[in-house]
Amino acid sequence: MGVNRPDTIQRPPARARKAIGGAVRAVAQPIAEPVFAILLALLVGAVGITLCSGLLAGHKNFDVGLPVAAYRALLEGVASPSGIGSTLDYSTPLILAGLGVGLGFKAGLFNIGGRGQFLFGTVGAMAVATTVGVSQNEIITIPLALLAGAAFGASAGFIPGFLKATSGAHEVVTTIMLNYVFVFVTYWAISGPLSLPNAHQPITADVTDRNANLQVVLGSGSHAFVFNSGILLALAAVPIIWFLLYRTTLGFEIRSAGANPDAARYGGMKTNRLIVLTMSLAGLMCGLAGATTLMGVVHQMAPGYDTTVGFDAITVALLGRSNPVGILFSGLLLGAMRAGSQTMQIQAGVPAELVDALQAIILVFLVVNALRRWLDRRAARRGSTPSVDADAAQAAEGVA
Amino acid sequence: MNGLPQALDALPILGLLFQFLGYMLANLGYMSQTTVAVAVPITLAALCGVMCERSGVVNIGIEGIMLTAAFTGWIVGVAAAGILGAGIPLPFFGVTLPLLIGLAAAILVGMAVALLHAWLAISMRVDQIIAGTIINIGATGITGYLYTLIASQAPTSAGSFAQYKVPDQVADLPVVGWLINAVLSQGPIGLSTIVIVIFLQVMLFRSRWGLRTRAAGEHPRAAETVGIDVIRLRYKNVVMSGALAALGGAWLSMEQTNGFNADMSAGRGFIGLAAMIVGRWTPLGAFGAALLFASATGLSTSLTISPPTGDLGQLMAHVPGEFWEALPYIITIVVLAGVIGRSIAPAADGQPYERESAT
Repeated sequence: MGVNRPDTIQRPPARARKAIGGAVRAVAQPIAEPVFAILLALLVGAVGITLCSGLLAGHKNFDVGLPVAAYRALLEGVASPSGIGSTLDYSTPLILAGLGVGLGFKAGLFNIGGRGQFLFGTVGAMAVATTVGVSQNEIITIPLALLAGAAFGASAGFIPGFLKATSGAHEVVTTIMLNYVFVFVTYWAISGPLSLPNAHQPITADVTDRNANLQVVLGSGSHAFVFNSGILLALAAVPIIWFLLYRTTLGFEIRSAGANPDAARYGGMKTNRLIVLTMSLAGLMCGLAGATTLMGVVHQMAPGYDTTVGFDAITVALLGRSNPVGILFSGLLLGAMRAGSQTMQIQAGVPAELVDALQAIILVFLVVNALRRWLDRRAARRGSTPSVDADAAQAAEGVA
Repeated sequence: MNGLPQALDALPILGLLFQFLGYMLANLGYMSQTTVAVAVPITLAALCGVMCERSGVVNIGIEGIMLTAAFTGWIVGVAAAGILGAGIPLPFFGVTLPLLIGLAAAILVGMAVALLHAWLAISMRVDQIIAGTIINIGATGITGYLYTLIASQAPTSAGSFAQYKVPDQVADLPVVGWLINAVLSQGPIGLSTIVIVIFLQVMLFRSRWGLRTRAAGEHPRAAETVGIDVIRLRYKNVVMSGALAALGGAWLSMEQTNGFNADMSAGRGFIGLAAMIVGRWTPLGAFGAALLFASATGLSTSLTISPPTGDLGQLMAHVPGEFWEALPYIITIVVLAGVIGRSIAPAADGQPYERESAT
């Protein structure tokens, strides 16, 4: 999708107008499609909430007021100082892991292993905090813990990449299997080596006691603004990944391998090495997501510690069309939904799992290009030519 | 006669191996029964995968179909029991009317979810892996949402299907009795799985439907030129295969247990896909691979229920319990990586088919 084509300047005014229209559409399309999908999904979600309202204690069947109350509570949950802080808390891992999954998409790799990589990254950061954090100050412990999270996450991503490169085992199956393996590794680590020696129940140390706290409190009392400073890392990662993808040789090779692996191989690129590298990088980002969440939000782990970030990151990457800037915004959006869903559950009684269901509905509308189909049908009814030219249609297609 | 085994067991290092063999032999009956049972949902997921991929559609939404079906079977069973009463169990398999209604609902819903996948993959020509992932995310979300809503009302259960009791005369047969006992001591879904495996194997390679399915998966354009409606065939296969995955889901909530848990499918849909690949896209092969993956669970349950004694027991005590729980997944990865080069997917697997325009 070319934005400003230089040759449009010399063309007659009518064509130039059309070209400008095309340019506007090329910018607007990537935004309009997800927004349309989200609005449609919210509508479908409202119908779903209404249909099931009878199951909620104190509500009659088909209570139309319930979705209104639920969405209002969702918004209220976001639009407050604590809501913004909690949005940042939820968004940090989503942006980081979303960048990791998006990187995989660009290379034609489908990383569903975010859950395992996140958890293993958490274990790495916790291991540093429990050992190094006892004797060293924050300047040493925090970078080391983040590094360990990144390294553990990268190693968890390396395994499926290595298996795919050497044996061809599909990363979708291996990453899912590894998710379960890392869930058990994490259980074992929490109840074994990372457990506090004198605790009654297995529980890890608190990172605030181990000089590895990333949580920032601005102000005091009820007006205090509490947030995870890991968001700064996520914000910094967006331009870094963008630069890596669009301004480096490695990024070019990653995008080539994703667009056409055979052509990339014939062009002399070492595609197997690229697979291993990209999967490791994707794991690294997910590991960082785990480390920042541990250090900036949860602080402590008990057996059963788990995450939905791995799958949410897929939604984030798809919504952001694997573009780092798009991922930033979709990560913030989904983070806001996650943050608001807690208030929704408390105030309106509607389970927070609604967000998971909404994600799937958003994605369905997104991947079937609902907006384009709707515009085309409207245009067809008016008897004019389809509203979307081939260029924009191509832009809307192929998320990966 | 006990002198020799004892001497073998006492050997350093190698003795542990003999002790392990001895333990396996002693617990073989129990382990085999568990293995066959655990293999049932994996096999059904793999058969779903075989039917889809042989016709050219990649379906990684099997996990989601299983989860939705497990939830539906359970909740419809509970609702039916609430309206009709538990009913008198029939003399075989503890079948009651609510259970049957739940099972039928599970299968129908499974087919509906598969239809969604078929629509996304075949008609909308969405990337099939993304389509499957959407189904998995949606299944987790919707079942989680409804389960949280319903759990607050403390629902009871409609019970579960009972195991077939192999007659003692057969179970006591020398040499083969224990094996027959292990294989046949299953519930109705488990037993029908064995029948379905054989039926599908024959159908896929000996029937007109099978030939057409394989043609659509290998070379859809060629299939279309000889008059096969590839799109319709793919739709039919994906929707029918949804019933198989749904049966696997129903096994979880109506045969293995009598209730539902969030995420109770626990990756079995994906292990099924691995079994399909290892079994080279054939029903019998997939069943064999599923048995192999399930044997890890069989071994680990046996080790927890009756831990071995002696040196072996001391050694095993040092292995964390989480290792045994992770073992089925590790074995799946190792076997998958080991055989993959020799297992070739249908040529048109995962490629959307677009009919040439008639102009």
